[in-house]
Amino acid sequence: MNTALKTDPNFHEAGRRFFRDFAPGDEFYEHLIDAHNGLSDEQSEALNARLILLLANHIGDLRVLREALQAARQTD
Amino acid sequence: MGAYVNPIYPYKSPTDLMATPPQRKPLIVIGAGPVGLAAAIDARLQGLSVLVLDDDKTVSVGSRAVCYAKRSLEILDRLGIADQACGLGVSWNIGRTFLEEDEVYQFNLVPDAGHKRPGMINLQQYHVEEMLIARALELGADIRWQHKVTAVTRHDDHATLTVETPDGPFDIEADWLVVADGARSPIRRHLGLDIEGRVFQDRFLIADVIMKADYPAERWFWFDPPFHPNQSVLLHKQSNNVWRIDFQLGWDADPEEEKKPEKVIPRLQAMLGDDRPFELEWVSIYTFQCRRMTDFRHGRVLFVGDAAHQVSPFGARGANSGFQDADDLMWKLGLVIQGQASEKLLDTYAMDRQFAADENIMNSTRSTDFITPKSRTSKTFRNQVLALAKHHPFARKLVNSGRLSVPSFLTGSVLNTPDADPFEGNMVPGAPMDDAPVQVNGQDAWLLDQVGRGFAALHFVDATPEARTLATLQALRQATVPVDSLIVSRQPLQVPGFKVLVDAQDWMAKRYDATPGTTYLLRPDQHVLARWRTLDSTRLQAALSRALGQFGPQA
Repeated sequence: MNTALKTDPNFHEAGRRFFRDFAPGDEFYEHLIDAHNGLSDEQSEALNARLILLLANHIGDLRVLREALQAARQTD
Repeated sequence: MGAYVNPIYPYKSPTDLMATPPQRKPLIVIGAGPVGLAAAIDARLQGLSVLVLDDDKTVSVGSRAVCYAKRSLEILDRLGIADQACGLGVSWNIGRTFLEEDEVYQFNLVPDAGHKRPGMINLQQYHVEEMLIARALELGADIRWQHKVTAVTRHDDHATLTVETPDGPFDIEADWLVVADGARSPIRRHLGLDIEGRVFQDRFLIADVIMKADYPAERWFWFDPPFHPNQSVLLHKQSNNVWRIDFQLGWDADPEEEKKPEKVIPRLQAMLGDDRPFELEWVSIYTFQCRRMTDFRHGRVLFVGDAAHQVSPFGARGANSGFQDADDLMWKLGLVIQGQASEKLLDTYAMDRQFAADENIMNSTRSTDFITPKSRTSKTFRNQVLALAKHHPFARKLVNSGRLSVPSFLTGSVLNTPDADPFEGNMVPGAPMDDAPVQVNGQDAWLLDQVGRGFAALHFVDATPEARTLATLQALRQATVPVDSLIVSRQPLQVPGFKVLVDAQDWMAKRYDATPGTTYLLRPDQHVLARWRTLDSTRLQAALSRALGQFGPQA
C-alpha cells in the first residue's frame, strides 16, 4: 500500500548521533510526558489539542493528515 | 522455603591484621558482593595485593540481581568465570511484551551473529557470588568475613578504617579504599556524603518459584494481564528450575500482608494455572529509587556499584553497571598504584562512570515512567502507544518495558583522542568494543578474548607489514606502559613475534570500518581510545599519554 504517512520509527535530530535505536523515541516520549507535568486533566487535554494543531500545521500535507486521522481513529 | 542453602564462609581471627601503629595495606575493598569481588579479582590479575572486608559470612540471601548482560559476561570472561556463569545460567536474547493477552512488541538483544556471548543470561545472584568468591580466593585475594567496618577517616594519602570483629575492634590503614558496600552503604552514610535522586512510589512483589515449566528462555513482560489487572508482571527463567516473577502492586499495597503465602500463592496460581505444581523459594517486596552520589571519588576513597548509584530494576542496570564500574576503576587504580599514571587518572573513573550512571538512571527512569504512569494523561499516552503498536512499527519502538543494560558509549571521556581521519560505523572513540569471530594460529577465537589485559593496539593489514611498521608496533610493546600490538589480516599471515588475528569473514573489518593501515588504540576495559587510517608512532604516543591522564590541568 502506498501511504504518505510515515509509521516506521522516525525520531531523530540533526547533528546528534544515537547509538541505541530506542533512544531518540524515548527522549521524545520523556519530553511529551514532562510537558504535562503539574497540569490538571483539563489543562492536559487542552495542551494536547494545541500540540496536535501545531504539528498538523507543521506537516501541512493534507494527504498525510487524512491518513493520520484515519489511523488514529482505528481502535481495534 | 527454598532449595538453595547459603554457604557459610569461615571466620578467621584478625590477629595478623592487628598492630599498633596500624598496618598499612595498599588496597582494601569493603563489601564482598559482586562488584567488590570483581574489583578484588581484577586487582589480583594485575598482581596487586588486596584485602576484602565483609560484615557477613555468606553470599546474597534471596532473589536479587537476575540478569547479567553481554557486557558483564565479557568482563567476567576477563575475570575468569564467564564459562561457568554461562554454563549454569539461562542464556536469552528475546524479550516479549504483552498487552492483556496479546503480544505487542518483541526485541532481540543481539540481532546479528558473530558475538561470543549472548545478550543476557539469567542467574541467581548467590550463584554468581559463589563463583566470584572461589575465583578471588584461587587468585590469592584475602577475604575476611564478619569484619564490619564501622568508621573510616580520610587522609591525603590514605584512609584509616576501624573494623569490628568477633575478636574485638582494630584499626587498619589503606593507601586506597574501594567502597562496595551496597545501596544502603553504611560507609557513604558514615562519611556524610550526598546521594541524590528520586524515590518511586510503587511496590513490587518478587517471587522465586521452583517449578517444571517449558516456557522458552525469554523475558516476558505483561501490561495489564488478565491474571493481574491494571498492573505489570515480569517473568524470567533462572537456573535449576527457579523462575523469577515480579508483580507490580501499587503504592497502597501493604508490604507485610502481600508477602504472606496465602496472598502470594493465589496470585501465582492465577498466572500459572491451578494445576501446575510449584514451590516458593523466596518472596519479598521492594520499592526503589534512582539516584547517584555527586562524586564517586573522594580522594583515596572510591565508590563503586550500588553504593555510588541506584536505578530502578527495569533494564537490569544495577549489578551490570556495577561490574562496569569495577572494570573502569581497576585498570586506572592499577596504573596509579604501580606509579605509571598520576592520581588524576582516577578522576576520569568518576567522570566516566558518573556519565554512565546518569545514562542508566535516565533509561531506567524512562522505563519506570512508562510502566507506572503517574497521571491520567501519562497513562492514556502509554495505553495508546500500546494500542498503536499492534499496527505501527514506530509505536512498537516506543513501547518501553525496560531498556536492557548495554554499556555506555563514553564519547565525552577526556581520555579519548577525537577522530582526525574519516570513519563510518559505531566504533568511535569511547565506544565499548564490538566482539567478532577471528582465528588465531588456525584456531577459532574471539576478538574480545584477545584484548583487555592492559592497553592494546589493532593494526589492520593486507600483507606482511614493512619492517618499519613492525618496529613501531614492537616499540609500543616494550614501552614503560606496554601496549599489546595485534595485527589483523583477512588472509592468514605469519609475522614472527606478533599475534595475528585472521578476520576471514570480514567481521572486524566491517564492525571497525577498517582498511589496510587502520589502527585502533584500546583501553584495558575494551573501550576505543583512538583510531587512525595509518599507523603513526607520534600520534599513538600522544593518544596513549592522554589515556594515562596527561590531558591538561583543565580537562
